[in-house]
Order: sequence, then structure tokens, then C-alpha cells
Amino acid sequence: MTTVGIRGRFALGVSLYQVQKLLFQVNRDPQVRGRFMTDRQALVAEYALTEQERRAVLEADFHALYGMGVHSLLLAPLAATLGLAFPEYLATIRGVTR
Amino acid sequence: MSLVGAFAASHAPGMTGRPTQPPPEQSRPVFDGYADLKRRLEAARPDVLVVVSPEHWANFFLDHMPSFCIGLADEYSGPTDEEFVRIPRRPVRGHARLGRELALGLAEDVDLSTSQELAFDHGVMVPLHLLGVDLPVIPIIVNCLAGIPAPLHRCHALGVALRRTVDRWPERVAVLGTGGLSHWPAMAESGRIGTHFDRRFLEAFLGGRIDTFLRYPSERLEAEAGPGGHEIRTWIAVAGSAGDGCGSLLAYQPVPAWSTGCAVAALEPR
Repeated sequence: MTTVGIRGRFALGVSLYQVQKLLFQVNRDPQVRGRFMTDRQALVAEYALTEQERRAVLEADFHALYGMGVHSLLLAPLAATLGLAFPEYLATIRGVTR
Repeated sequence: MSLVGAFAASHAPGMTGRPTQPPPEQSRPVFDGYADLKRRLEAARPDVLVVVSPEHWANFFLDHMPSFCIGLADEYSGPTDEEFVRIPRRPVRGHARLGRELALGLAEDVDLSTSQELAFDHGVMVPLHLLGVDLPVIPIIVNCLAGIPAPLHRCHALGVALRRTVDRWPERVAVLGTGGLSHWPAMAESGRIGTHFDRRFLEAFLGGRIDTFLRYPSERLEAEAGPGGHEIRTWIAVAGSAGDGCGSLLAYQPVPAWSTGCAVAALEPR
């Protein structure tokens, strides 16, 4: 066992870079966030996403995004921005339908 | 002037974002602990507060992820995640002169980034809000999030260097570490809390024995305290700044609705 490095679900990887970058910028930059709310299709087209990633972002499908390994702290603030209460967000990523 | 206070507290966004979601018997001890911390901070009469807070994608991404980044600005703003924490975004005064002095001092011992533009998220703003402080703040952002965060013992070294530098500065300086303890933040496991880990960590932190945690294996830390457990880095930095002095526990309460083992503590710098 080593003393360094993030392990487990969020271990250092090279996939998901573009989709996580998009979500990072939406969360951080009010202008990008505004485009996400009003012109999502055009915004998403500016990132090199897989078809599965593109669909999940367009539909704000938290279950799919979480399932593919997107970092949870990129998802939770976005859920709040979209008006999804935290318990509902948790139910969604857990795949619990209400 | 020697360091006038060394404190650490959890910063769960739910404390302000969803304050009434936990049962009162769980939330009250945490808010009482924060009230105690506020009294102690005021009694210490600091001129400036160094806040050691984890990165949560408010500033850095996987294009550049520094281990440590200190703010050199005279003004900041936050929170970036205002809908999540339900605190209105506001300006926060910085302290560029001391920031620069600290950067020079810390760089003697750790590999440090500097920034003239740091955004504050819940990691800084939830504690500032609950403490009602209106002091100049110097942020030190610590990667506890992604890739290869600094090893735990380097976080201790950062704290030691912080203390050495503060002790040469004429103003009254306090340090506040924010984060942890165990949590699985916004994950499917959210609500799980590693109370056994938290209590062992607090015992070491408060007993001047943080050295027993400085080589803790990452896999074990995540198994026992979750990915959020990496945030003990901020507490370890505080222990280093306090010369591994002993301290008092102001609150420890597992709060599943806030996804965290919530702790508030004060150390006696020595």
C-alpha cells in the first residue's frame, strides 16, 4: 500500500476529460452556466464528447453521468443549479425512481 | 507575533444549504461547536485569518492541479456554488502583503503555487458564514480531490513552514483548516460515516499525536473515511502550524444528512 494518490472510483484516469471539463466550466463560469441553461446544444458541441456523454449532458442525466465515473462534486453543484434538491439528486444517482 | 489561534472545522455545504434537514439533536451540537469556535476566534483577536481549504473544482481542473496554492490577492469572492450552499455571493478581503510573505516562507519547504485570483467555494464560505468573521483572509487551497495530492506528511510540513513564517510577522494571525472528516461526498454512499476513523483521527489530532497519521496509506484512508477523508490534509496542516500542540474538541457529530462526520476543534499552539 502506498501513501499517495486518489484511489477507488476517482482514481487518476484519462477518460472523461472533456465531459468533466464542460461541467467544471459550467459550475465555475457564470457565462458558461448561462449558455448551459439557454443554449445547451451549441455549448455541448464545443467539446469532444462521446455520443453517450453528449446525450447525458444534454438531458442532465445525473444517473448516467455518475455511472460513467464523472466526479460527484462536479454533479452536485450542477444539480442545485438546475433546481434538483440534494435528496432527489442522491436518489437519481442511486437509480431510485420515485 | 506568534500564531494566536489554530482551529479546524468541517465545512459541509448542508450546514447552510440544508440546515434543517438533519434532526436537531444532530445539527445542534455542530452549530454549538461553531458558536464556541466563534467565541474563541474573537478572543484570540486576530488581524488576519489563514484559511486552509480543500479544492473542490472551484479553481483547478485536471489541466493543472496544484498540491498547494496560496492566494496573493487583496480581494476574493464567493461562494461559487451559491445555489448549493445558499449563501449570497459577496466579496471577501484578502491580504496580499502577508500572502506574499507566506508564499516565500512556505516555498522553503513545500512546492507551492501562487494565485492572484482564487474563487471561494463552500470550503471557505461555509465556515466564514457560520463564524461571522469579517477579517482579511489568506486562502491556502489544498488538493484533496484528484490525481496525486501531496502526501499527508507534506501537509504537516506546510503547517510547520506556515508557523515559522507567521511568527516573524508583526500582525496577529490565526489559522483555520476546513474539511472532513470522513465522507463520501455527493456519492451513492452519501450518508455513510466512518465514525471509528473520525474518533481515532480526532484523538491523535487533539492529543499532539498527528505524527501517527502522517504515513496513513491512501487505500486505507479511502476505505475507512471515503474519498472525502483526503480532506484531513487541512487538519494536518493546522496541527503542523500549532507545533502539534494539544487541543479541545468543540463538536463531533456524525450527520448523515450532511454526509459528514462533522467536527470542530481548537488547538493550543506551542
